[in-house]
Amino acid sequence: MIEWPNEVSEAILYDILDFAESFKLDFKDALNWELVPSYNSLTLINRNKSIEFSKIRFQIEECYKNRKVGGTPQRYLWKLPVCYDLEFGIDLEEVSRNLGKRIEEIIKAHTEHIYTVYGIGFLPGFMYLGGLPGELETPRKSVPRLSVPKGSVGLAGKQTGIYPQESPGGWNIIGNCPIALFNVNLAKPCFVSVGDQIQFYAVTRAEYDLHKIETEVGIYNLDKIKLDD
Amino acid sequence: MIKVIQPGFFTTIQDTGRFGYRDKGVPVCGCMDNYSASMANSLLENDETDAVMEITMTGPKLEFQTSSFFSVTGADMSPELNGSPVNSYEVHKVNEGDILSFGKLMNGFRSYLAVKGGFQTEIKLGSRSFYKPVTDKNRIKERMEISIEEFKEFSPKISHIIPEARHKEHELLVYQGPEYNILKADQLKLLFNTKFTIAKENNRMAYQLEELIAGHAHKMLTSATLPGTVQLTPAGKLIILMRDGQTTGGYPRVLQLATKSIAILSQKKFGDKISLHPLGR
Repeated sequence: MIEWPNEVSEAILYDILDFAESFKLDFKDALNWELVPSYNSLTLINRNKSIEFSKIRFQIEECYKNRKVGGTPQRYLWKLPVCYDLEFGIDLEEVSRNLGKRIEEIIKAHTEHIYTVYGIGFLPGFMYLGGLPGELETPRKSVPRLSVPKGSVGLAGKQTGIYPQESPGGWNIIGNCPIALFNVNLAKPCFVSVGDQIQFYAVTRAEYDLHKIETEVGIYNLDKIKLDD
Repeated sequence: MIKVIQPGFFTTIQDTGRFGYRDKGVPVCGCMDNYSASMANSLLENDETDAVMEITMTGPKLEFQTSSFFSVTGADMSPELNGSPVNSYEVHKVNEGDILSFGKLMNGFRSYLAVKGGFQTEIKLGSRSFYKPVTDKNRIKERMEISIEEFKEFSPKISHIIPEARHKEHELLVYQGPEYNILKADQLKLLFNTKFTIAKENNRMAYQLEELIAGHAHKMLTSATLPGTVQLTPAGKLIILMRDGQTTGGYPRVLQLATKSIAILSQKKFGDKISLHPLGR
């Protein structure tokens, strides 16, 4: 595991991703390695039983020195639809009371901001999103729910995110995203990569149903914009 | 084909696990006690990556609809073929209509059943290991049919082996984890001098330990975790992540189990005792 300074910063994240890309190009046995980037760390896991740690450490240090700055692969901004109807946003009214904001203001703030994917973990396709505006910070629910529906969009502390599958959870649920974030039957089961960005936009219940069907039959066109162009 | 007459408490198909999807949050999966599983495969001269059946606590009742050869390793669950006891760690021939069942759990917690050629369930993301929602099922169910290859002849080079009594081992070897340095003297003393009890909360995702050590207020950014990572919660609870464990976590990773110790822990159940022993860095 390699660690960078303990802060949430895009500069650090992109330095990690630049290095990861150099590693994949420099290391002859790159296919035997799994690279897990997250916030301020990169964990390198070799599938073979043993490695020569001191030798690899030296190679990694050399690789970092020679990394290509700006070598991070193409990044995308993904625009994801969210239905904020109360039927899905079961905690919207409570969040509205806690934050002293009208529901429309919460939706406006949540959809106006662009979030950076700092990590993927916890569940297949679960994104750790950074960049939540301070005005939307709200504590986790004191008692977690035993089951939160798939696609639920939640707020907790400084984080916002989507539950990629039904699971227990303690986040405040404010809406639902009809797009599957993890589909095991696709060649790339998860379209998002660490370093990408996410922006939400509000859709009506009818649009939600349409996108849900489009996703299920595989004809939904993801709205993505190339970054750094 | 094998037909499931009774599924047992928690029975899954597992192999050596998934590789290459951790950065999308997919756990490694695979056999919890990979040592016992590989013994089962090697007796049948299977590939190490062939899928086996992982049987937890109480065994299933299975009907072979194809002639084949099998071996059982790991926990001793008193296996019986057509009602007569058969030895574990031994190659047995089965014919169409034969029934393999299991009885009392004598030691350990997980048995491994291998068939010649391996279980032929669906491959998802490079592995047959059950993990919902990557695979459709998270365990075998009654009346399910599982494909196996037919073998009429097989002369094993080694027909049986005498296993090491690994289920008696209770010392887990640990390396220092990335956040080891947050531990204070009193925590270290407890960590390495306590006989810990396996808590009720133990499964393929994680094993929790009953006894608490002092808590902490260390805040860290979410970072990668591995099977065998020992997390310390703010309340002082120790959680050992296992093969289906989450790929990232936000609790300090104070220790990391040696690979062999993950296999040993996998044979422990609620109430069993373990102790932690430090290895050099």
